[in-house]
Amino acid sequence: MRDAFIAELTKLAAADTDRVLITGDLGFGVLTKFWETYPDQFINAGVAEQNMTAIACGMALEGFKCYTYSIANFTTLRCLEHIRNDVCYHDADVTVVSVGGGFSYGQLGVSHFATEDIAILRAIPNMKVIAPTDPWEAAELTAQMAAVPGPKYLRLDKGKAGLPEKRDDVVFGKGRTIADGRDITLLATGAILSEALEASERLRETGYSVRVVALHTLKPVDEDIIVTAARETGGLVTVEEHTICGGLGSIVAEVCMKHGVMPGFLKFVGLDDVFPTVVGDQDYLRAAYGLNADAVVAAALKALGHEGRTPSKQVGGAP
Amino acid sequence: MAGSNWQRGKPQDTVDMAHRIRRHVVEMTSAGKSSHVGSCLSIADICAVLYGAVLNVDPENPTHPDRDRLILSKGHAGAAIYASLAERGFMPRQMLRQHYQNGSILSGHVSHKGVPGVELSTGSLGHGLGVGVGLAKAAKVRDASHRVFVLLSDGECDEGSNWEAILFAGHHRLDNLVAIIDYNKIQSLAPVKETLDLEPFADKWRAFGWATIEADGHDHDALTAAFAEADGIEHKPTVVICHTTKGNGVSFMENTVLWHYRTPQGEEFDNAICELTELAAK
Repeated sequence: MRDAFIAELTKLAAADTDRVLITGDLGFGVLTKFWETYPDQFINAGVAEQNMTAIACGMALEGFKCYTYSIANFTTLRCLEHIRNDVCYHDADVTVVSVGGGFSYGQLGVSHFATEDIAILRAIPNMKVIAPTDPWEAAELTAQMAAVPGPKYLRLDKGKAGLPEKRDDVVFGKGRTIADGRDITLLATGAILSEALEASERLRETGYSVRVVALHTLKPVDEDIIVTAARETGGLVTVEEHTICGGLGSIVAEVCMKHGVMPGFLKFVGLDDVFPTVVGDQDYLRAAYGLNADAVVAAALKALGHEGRTPSKQVGGAP
Repeated sequence: MAGSNWQRGKPQDTVDMAHRIRRHVVEMTSAGKSSHVGSCLSIADICAVLYGAVLNVDPENPTHPDRDRLILSKGHAGAAIYASLAERGFMPRQMLRQHYQNGSILSGHVSHKGVPGVELSTGSLGHGLGVGVGLAKAAKVRDASHRVFVLLSDGECDEGSNWEAILFAGHHRLDNLVAIIDYNKIQSLAPVKETLDLEPFADKWRAFGWATIEADGHDHDALTAAFAEADGIEHKPTVVICHTTKGNGVSFMENTVLWHYRTPQGEEFDNAICELTELAAK
């Protein structure tokens, strides 16, 4: 996703000299081409994320379109008040880019787990929140977000959902229905969509009709696709590589209650309100903390009251 | 560079302007029952010299691309900036009565929303200089000739974010950037020296690649000369360290932590106005 983002940003920078990439001294090898090609549109702010964000705000107030870039929590939590007071309150055209959503840097430890970012960033007025599910989707959203003024948060994942490229299906602010179904809807954001997809296959094998909805844009979220899923399917399971406090699950719950729609059930697959105590690769940590396809299937079957229940005849959706 | 309304203030007007700013801030903090009158009085002369004689700004065209930018990073002294903007013609003086009132846009900490002339909303310390660095960097990229001024408090220099910005500005030789320190040597609970001593203060800035100028922050000639000198310094940002007196102009507010918080009411308000009236008549 990171490379896809940089490739797209490089195209944008070529077309618009007001696009400036500001890194917090990270991106070895990855940003080199951009740096060499557009030295006047590249700033290394040093290991100083507060100032990186403040500079981006200042330049944006003068008409530049700035991208701050670093790993995991460094572009977000480290400099959160600068994002809130400087960037968001002034509605400055700054895209905060975090490389390494969720457990992308799973071996590096808790400091590098971006597992509260969505909840925190989406709470700030004017901020838009985007968590692509595939590299090609990240590229498409980078292109589309360039036309969206104001503050934006782009959460890039090391993983990928693995879906075939269909750029025409991607619209900023709109969810994507990956598969249709009526017994249950799995809603996922970010690359962990892959686990939801695998779970959907297994649930279909069990005989259930499964809808899968991918939500790359979490703010503004596609309320229609959530409400429709709550109305048309038996219940909802949300899947995210993020704490269950304030992330996708909370968003889905908020949308349902706002519209007065009570889903048949609503289950959250995400990181419990704890800090992980072990490290490992992304797949390992998803399994260890109950975020993988097994966990999604288990949550779904339990919600569906699998024992003694006859699945409906499957309609559509199954690839 | 400018339209017909584009003009610097006349230097001989700045002393009178400072008197009016002081009176405004005492009236505003009294009417609003608000804090920080001492912080406002501390910078009244700096604001008068900047808005009256130094800044290229145009009240008729407050977003003119060639204007000088001033950020008040010590946002708690917002009343002093609102008063200065009113005196410079950016808003009617009577609007100052809305400060701190229910439904007002003139918040205690300076806000840009709906207030022409305010470049940046602040209030949390340690934000203004970094954004100012961004404005200065942008001006360099655009080859623009305006200057960027950022007014900070001394206690604010405890914030690490400032030192990130100072390091960056020195490294990038942002000679269109002027930091101004209101060095009244008193911070929120106690003197600066007893809290986190900044000395040797000027040496610290020099070590980060800045030019330093020290001036009496209540001497208009000295301030005018300092900003003129800063204008001529190339390849380095400049800090003007202004030695000031917290609460300057009202004897019983001077050099005391109390008037960082206390609001002038009743007899104290009358006495403050009386002193400022006498000061203006001298």
